[in-house]
Amino acid sequence: MSTLFDQFDVWGAFWMTIKLTVLAAVFSLVIGTVVAIMRLSPVPVLRFLGTSYVNVFRNTPLTLIVFFSLIGLWQTLGIELSAQLSVNAFRFAVIGLSVYHAAFVCEALRSGVNTIPLGQAEAARSIGLTFGQSLREIILPQAFRGAITPLGNTLIALAKNTTVVVTIGVAETAYLMSKVNEDAADQLTNVFILSAVFFVVLTIPIGLLTGRLSKKLAVKR
Amino acid sequence: MSAGVLFDAPGPKAKVRHRLLGGLGLLLIAAIVALIGWKFQQQGQFASAKWKPFTQSEIWNSYLLPGLQGTLKAAAISIVFAGVLGGLLALARMSSVRPLRWVASVIVEFFRAVPVLLMMIFSFGMYVQYNVFPDAQRPLAAVVTGLTLYNASVICEVIRSGVDQLPSGQREAGLSVGLSESQALRTILLPQAITAMLPSLVSQLVVVLKDTALGYNVLFNELLYAGNNASSNYSNLVPVILVIAVIYIVINYALTKLAVWIERRLARRGRTVAGPDAMAGGGLGGSATGPDLSKNTQAA
Repeated sequence: MSTLFDQFDVWGAFWMTIKLTVLAAVFSLVIGTVVAIMRLSPVPVLRFLGTSYVNVFRNTPLTLIVFFSLIGLWQTLGIELSAQLSVNAFRFAVIGLSVYHAAFVCEALRSGVNTIPLGQAEAARSIGLTFGQSLREIILPQAFRGAITPLGNTLIALAKNTTVVVTIGVAETAYLMSKVNEDAADQLTNVFILSAVFFVVLTIPIGLLTGRLSKKLAVKR
Repeated sequence: MSAGVLFDAPGPKAKVRHRLLGGLGLLLIAAIVALIGWKFQQQGQFASAKWKPFTQSEIWNSYLLPGLQGTLKAAAISIVFAGVLGGLLALARMSSVRPLRWVASVIVEFFRAVPVLLMMIFSFGMYVQYNVFPDAQRPLAAVVTGLTLYNASVICEVIRSGVDQLPSGQREAGLSVGLSESQALRTILLPQAITAMLPSLVSQLVVVLKDTALGYNVLFNELLYAGNNASSNYSNLVPVILVIAVIYIVINYALTKLAVWIERRLARRGRTVAGPDAMAGGGLGGSATGPDLSKNTQAA
């Protein structure tokens, strides 16, 4: 075990996974909320665009999206996010993860909207709130509370999906594993158990926490 | 219920405003598309040499179709294994034997928490080390192993929640006509639960199909891997990626639609166990988002 830590940057890989998770979570929450608002909006064109976004990104493998964000955006289109190669790949990885999970955040939020009784929206309209106002004051606050569990599930999926960015060579947990597999195959079982424990420790608290939060913040009806 | 409850029917002024906003949105998208198109043009991505191969049979026959075949094969094998294993796990998790329940719970929670890709890389390494499968079959075996373990635990949970959502009278009626606990589960509860959860199970197929792309990292000859190989031959990586993306989207979109269709049929027959908020159309967000499709959220 100790040779594993001497030979490979285990903690660095785990820290990279956490960084990817947190950053992509923030960005995908923002993008997902915007897409969800578009899907709920009274403007047909925006609704169509929101629906298309979800259909396209939910049905494309994350591997392909991450691959394309580096190869397509950087190598082909020449968009550079950092002069440093590893930082560049990291940022494109965050973009790929965010864009993909935003589709799921959008669907989670819509399922949160589904938990709101009709009367809430009707009451908002009948006291003369506009769409924007009722969204801001009535619908979204309740939708976020109702969507905590599905949002938590998306966050867990995101944490696990950060492993996919090994495809573009970001040095996170899966990268560590394939590195060990190449250079020190006898350590593979150790590193697998270690990584598995890391992910269990990372994801199970998220599930417990969101479960607790969703009960605590549930809208009393 | 459509999203219409969130806003009033637009009057003449609002209609103009909506059209304006819609136009603006379209303009923005058009600008982005044009920008990308312009960049592509600059890089020569529209050169006919890059797109011509798709009109010829060679790239399809030697790369993309074998890749697609690999993808579909891995997905099909995995879903069958995962279905069987998931059913067994569900039986174990609902059995009256306590140790069995514990073991199944630990297995399910573990494989749900560990990323599929790590399982693939690990099993690949193990198969190499212990020389388990013939060389050529190893990547496929690794992909199937990873997908099976993860999806079996998801399917187990889907079935379990389906059984949980059945009215308790079903089980009680079974017991009262003299069936044993496990007979009631097998002959009364499971058939209903599986029928009712069919849409979720079909949605899970989408997840499996998408996750086969992870096989790229263990050198499995699936669509992305094959496409990457093809592009090194024709030096047209971006067109290849776009074509592959379209293939994936078409297949997965069709599967998602199939899930929705099955759900509608089941709802008409009154065989659904989905939450009342989703089925009764009482929610605000439109009935197209049943809770079942949110299973797609588990996407790995």
